Parts: sequence; C-alpha cells; structure tokens
Amino acid sequence: MSESIINEQEEAIKVDYEKGNFSFPEDYTYDAGTGLNEETVAYISKVKNEAEWVKEFRLKALEIFNKKPMPTHWASKDLENIVFDNIRYYLSKGQKPSRTWDEVPDDVKETFERLGIPEQERKFLAGVEAQFDSEAAYSRMKEDLEKEGVIFVGSTEGLEKYPEIFRPYFGKVIPSADNKFSALNSAVFSGGSFIYVPKGVKLKQPLQAYFRINAENFGQFERTLIIADEGSEITYMEGCTAPKFETATLHSAVVELVALKNAKIQYITVQNWSNNVFNLVTKRAHAEENAEVKWIDCNIGSRLTMKYPGVVLKGRKARGEVLSIALANDGQHQDTGAKMIHLADETSSNIISKSISIGKGRSTYRGQVHMPKHLKNCKNNTECDALLINTNSRTDTYPAITTRGEGNTVQHEASVSKVSAEQIFYMMQRGLSEGEAMSLAVNGFVNDLLKAFPMEYSVELKRLIDMEMEGSVG
Amino acid sequence: MQSLEITNLNVNIDGQPILKDFSLNIPKGEIHALMGPNGTGKSTLAKVIAGHEDYEVTSGEILLNGESILGKEPDEISLAGLFLAFQYPLEIPGVSIANFIRAAKQARLPENESINAVEYYKELYDKMDALKIDRKFTARSLNEGFSGGEKKRCEVLQMSMLEPDYCIMDETDSGLDIDALKIVADGVNLMRSPERGFLIITHYQRLLDYIIPDVVHVMYDGKIVHSGDAELAKELESKGYDWVKDSFVSSLAQ
Ligand SMILES: Nc1ncnc2c1ncn2[C@@H]1O[C@H](COP(=O)(O)OP(=O)(O)OP(=O)(O)O)[C@@H](O)[C@H]1O
Ligand SMILES: [Mg+2]
Repeated sequence: MSESIINEQEEAIKVDYEKGNFSFPEDYTYDAGTGLNEETVAYISKVKNEAEWVKEFRLKALEIFNKKPMPTHWASKDLENIVFDNIRYYLSKGQKPSRTWDEVPDDVKETFERLGIPEQERKFLAGVEAQFDSEAAYSRMKEDLEKEGVIFVGSTEGLEKYPEIFRPYFGKVIPSADNKFSALNSAVFSGGSFIYVPKGVKLKQPLQAYFRINAENFGQFERTLIIADEGSEITYMEGCTAPKFETATLHSAVVELVALKNAKIQYITVQNWSNNVFNLVTKRAHAEENAEVKWIDCNIGSRLTMKYPGVVLKGRKARGEVLSIALANDGQHQDTGAKMIHLADETSSNIISKSISIGKGRSTYRGQVHMPKHLKNCKNNTECDALLINTNSRTDTYPAITTRGEGNTVQHEASVSKVSAEQIFYMMQRGLSEGEAMSLAVNGFVNDLLKAFPMEYSVELKRLIDMEMEGSVG
Repeated sequence: MQSLEITNLNVNIDGQPILKDFSLNIPKGEIHALMGPNGTGKSTLAKVIAGHEDYEVTSGEILLNGESILGKEPDEISLAGLFLAFQYPLEIPGVSIANFIRAAKQARLPENESINAVEYYKELYDKMDALKIDRKFTARSLNEGFSGGEKKRCEVLQMSMLEPDYCIMDETDSGLDIDALKIVADGVNLMRSPERGFLIITHYQRLLDYIIPDVVHVMYDGKIVHSGDAELAKELESKGYDWVKDSFVSSLAQ
C-alpha cells in the first residue's frame, strides 16, 4: 500500500483525542427539563409531532422502564450511581436537519468542523448524519443513492414519512422489554438513523453518523434501524464524542439491524467518550437466509460501557460476526461482549474480542452463544484475548455457550497476556518513549484484528490508541 | 571527551552488590572486549548503562561524551547515542520488524519530519541482505518465534539501522552458527569507525578472531581484574578462570 495514500487518509480523519473536549454555551429552543415521567415523554412526542402509535409505544416503554430493576445482580454496581432524576432527556434547537453545512447553526457547524466531519464526508462517505444532543443538525446523502431509493433519515422522519417500511421492524429486533436501558431508550428516543437499502442495491461507500453530546447532565438516546433488503449491501459507521464534564452523562442507544435474504450489513462503531459517560447500548441484528451481519465495535473511553452486539441467525446459512476492541484506562470499565443466537441450520458465527486494560482500568468479556441441539452444521468460533498493562489491571471472561447439537462445532479460545516491564525497556532502549512503546505493544496486540477493518477506521483507531497510551504515562 | 566512561560504579540488586567499583573507558574508535565467568555482572553493567531502572546504583559515574547519563530514561540514553544488543532479545508480538525499526528511526527525527519510506526500505533491505536475513522477515513480529541465532542477527540489524555512537553487544555471538558468526562479525567490522566505540561482551575468543579488539578486559566478581591486547583472549581461553583467580584476584586481595 502506498505511503501517500496512508498519509492522505490519516489527514482525512484527523479527529484529535483532545479535539472532543470542548463545548459551546447552551442555546436550546426545546428542553424537556430534568427528570423523567409521563409528561417528559409526552413533551418529546409533542415536539416531534408524532403519530399516536409512537406516543403509545413510548409511554408503554416508560412503564416497563419503571418496573424493571437495575441489572446489578450481574452487572457493575456503578450503575446505581446513575441518577435518572438529574438527567435531561431532550434538548434541541427545534429545527429540521439541514441538507447543507451552510444552513447549520454556527456553533454546531463549528463543532463538527473541529471533529473533522465535513472533510471526511468529502473524502470517503456516501452520506452523513451529524447529531448534536437530541436531534440531527445535518443529514445528507449522495443524490445518486436517493435515486436508487436508498432512505437515510433520522428516526422521527423515518417513522413519520415511511411508516410502511420501518414500522414492521421498529422495536421488533429489540423489544422495549429486552432490558432496562432498551426500555428507557424506547421511551425517550430521539435522533439516530433510519436506513433502508432497496433490493440488490450495494452501497460502495459507507454511510456515517456522528453523535455528539454538548450539554452537561444530558442523556443521549438515539435510535437506529437499518433494513437491508434482499441482496443489498451497506456499511454504516458511527463515531461518538462528548466533552469532559464534571457530572455524569448518559448515552443509551438502541440499534436494530435487519439483513434480509442474501443481504450484507457491516456496522462499525468507534466511540471515544470522555470519562464520565455511562454508555449503555443495546445492539442486535436479524440475519435471514444467507445474510451476513458484521459488527465492528471499538470502545475507547467512557466511565462504564455495557454493550454486547448480537446477531440472531434466523435463516439457513446466515452468518454473524462481532469483532471488538475495548480499551479500559484508569477509572474505566469496559463490559463488552457478543451474542450469537443460532436459529437455523448451517448458520455460522465468529466472535473476536480483544481487550486492553491499563492501570486501574477494567475489562470484562461476556459472551453468549446459543445453538439448540436440533440444528445441523452450525459453527461458532470465539476468541477472546486480553492484554494487561501493569499489575492493577483486571480482566474477566464470562463465556456462556449453551447446548451444541451433533454436527455443530463450537470453538472457544481465550488468552491473557501482559506487556512486561522488560518489553517496555527493550523498546525504550531503541529510542521510543514509554508511551510510544506501550502503544506499539497495544497496536501489535490488536494488529491482526485491525486488518479486518476498513482502512479509514483502522487508521483513526490507531491514532486514538496512541493518544490514550501517551496520556496514560504519568 | 568522546568516550563512554564508567568510573567506580557500584551497583546492587536487592541489596546485594553486583558491580564493585567498576571502571572502564571506551574512547570512540575503539573496540573493547569484556570477558568473565557467568554471573559476574556483565549484563548488569550493560543494562545499567542503558538506564534500566531495576538496579540500585549506589555510587559512581557513567559519562557519555562527557555527559552523565546516570538516572536518565532508557530512551534518552538511546537517543544520546547508545545501543545495547541484548543477550536475550524480547519478543514483541504483532509488531513487525519493519515497523519497529521505523518507529525507532522516526524517534531520531525532529517532530515535523517523517521518514521517506522508499529510502527507508532500500536501506533496510540492503542491510538485511548484508546480514543474510531473508527479506520476508520484515513482516514478521519482532523476535517472536525467532531462533536464537535469528534474534541475534536481528539485534545487529537494528544496530546497523540506528547507527549509534556506542554499541554494547551482550553475547551477540552466543547461539550463532559458524557462518552466522562470520556474517555478524562482518557487519560489526563494517560499522567500525573512528566515530564509534564498541563494548563486546563474549565468552568465546573465536568471535575475536573475526573482530580484532583493541583491548580485552577480564571481569571477575563485579570488576575488571586484568586488561590486555587481543592475545589476552587466547591466553584466557587456554588457561581458564582459575588462572585469572590465582594470578589476578588473589594478588589484588594481598
Ligand atoms: N533482576 C535480578 N534479580 C536478582 N538477581 C539478579 C538480577 N539480575 C542479575 N542478577 C544476579 O546478578 C548477578 C550478575 O548477573 P549478570 O546477568 O549481570 O551476569 P553475567 O555476567 O551477564 O552472566 P552471564 O555470563 O551468564 O550472562 C547474577 O548472580 C545474577 O543472578
Ligand atoms: Mg549476561
């Protein structure tokens, strides 16, 4: 690969780590206030001018949310530190997403410019949606895709304009009652992307969404639904940042993917949340016959991330894959994993999870592979590797594999390795700083996985890792 | 002073003295060989010079071109011009030789300059060819799964790519077959220059047939007890360390 291409791409996606750490003074037209009750939900629904069924959906979800206990019997006790009454559930400037950057309000536009989004759009994206707190400020897709019938809109617009397409799947892959946070999202969701790719349409370039939290004490609850019709192909990428506030911020998204027969969806996340974000996200896909869903999930930053992307393999020969990298620095807990639910013959799944724990950082892997006995010729491969940098780090692995029928194969490998002081000394003896030596070791650890990522993202990820490692050296 | 100068260095490990009033001066342009029995502190010396933090230096001085390097970080010492070829090179999984050496070379450039990839690969391939390292090795993870001899050759490759002022080679000859020994010796001889000093730690006089040292030192119990010219290595090989003990150590004690 030529050097100049790499450099150019590096420049194209220069999203500096510290670049995310700024915010503009608040100036919102719509503000649902602090705390959550039926009125909050009604307010959001009214601002969005929603159909009655959507409002009902929200209110029902709120009920479920209120009834469900926190999952602290298996998950981190840190969840108890989320004070739902202190959170602001909806903030917007009350305008429709602009189709040109010129129409975007100055402070919002500047935010995304500093994050490098318009530049990336010019260089390698088929479409971009940029969400600022609750609503998208900008949304645009290349015209030729529009002509082919591709739909790429926000959740409000999707439900309002194309209910016949989205309603049948909305809340079906992940029901409100799936868990406490999917219920919360279902009650107060706003923003996110609704995408439909018609039969046989194959997107050559990715669509991207960028989620930005600007306000303190804010909860971001975007909702994404992607439907890839038969034989279609799409790559979707999402990036997220928030400034470093004093108080905790909540990000709780629901992402539903539907890959119909022979369709392919690749969903890529690079999150780089600041240290006080609770990031509690539910992501799941349905894969019909011979369809393929690949989750590529990179979790850097946040206070606590809980995320277990899943694929329900519903049709014969469906394939699911989760490739994830989690980096837990001091004061962070990455609780991530994958779920593969095999429901048809000849389905296959692959999970590769790499976690890096630094200092007091903590990583947990939770996997679930479900393969009922009556199925034939199903395969799962799970690899989870942990890298520990310094002795305080902690890593746990909880793989759960349920029943394997005859002729099905399940393979599970796990490893834990450490970067030793001697390795660091060796690299420093060659002139590398301690931070450079550590990031080289970390890059080496994730290297084979990075090769599976689209170029633009592996370059950005490398940069983020470098920044994180530089920052972790005292 | 263009030299690597160690004066009255005392070093402990866990309170146990390892180097005892150790002194040695290597001016640029000279090759010094250091020989001594197992466990006498040769590798300890090499690592202390390179800035390893696990050793307690209780007194003494290490000057690199007149500047003290004691207490400096290993990377600072490296950038100041010192290279250590390790007795036991570490494995760095996932990091290719090409990327590693490149990062090390990049560390030697000013911040706004970056390496010219074409020139870099040309230099790397030339030097690999000279050391008879298969070009396919550039993509392999550094030292991972390398044979003992391959690791040592890779150390010499790094040394020739980084062009240090002072090279400490800790038993680089151990584990090399006869052909590889000659190849490595040729590599060192090519680097030999009035601008560069060498400290070659070895157990075998055979290497010194190919790299003729200016001075040979015999180390025993934490310090140099005898020095001489290249002939000393031969004498040591035929007479063994008992000879050293009887003729030099006991006489010192008197
Ligand atoms: N990290 C350490 N912890 C404890 N003891 C150590 C450590 N490093 C070295 N030593 C001890 O210090 C002494 C000197 O070791 P060193 O490795 O310097 O010897 P050497 O002269 O290089 O030997 P060899 O010829 O076998 O390589 C040995 O007794 C060794 O066991
Ligand atoms: Mg030794």
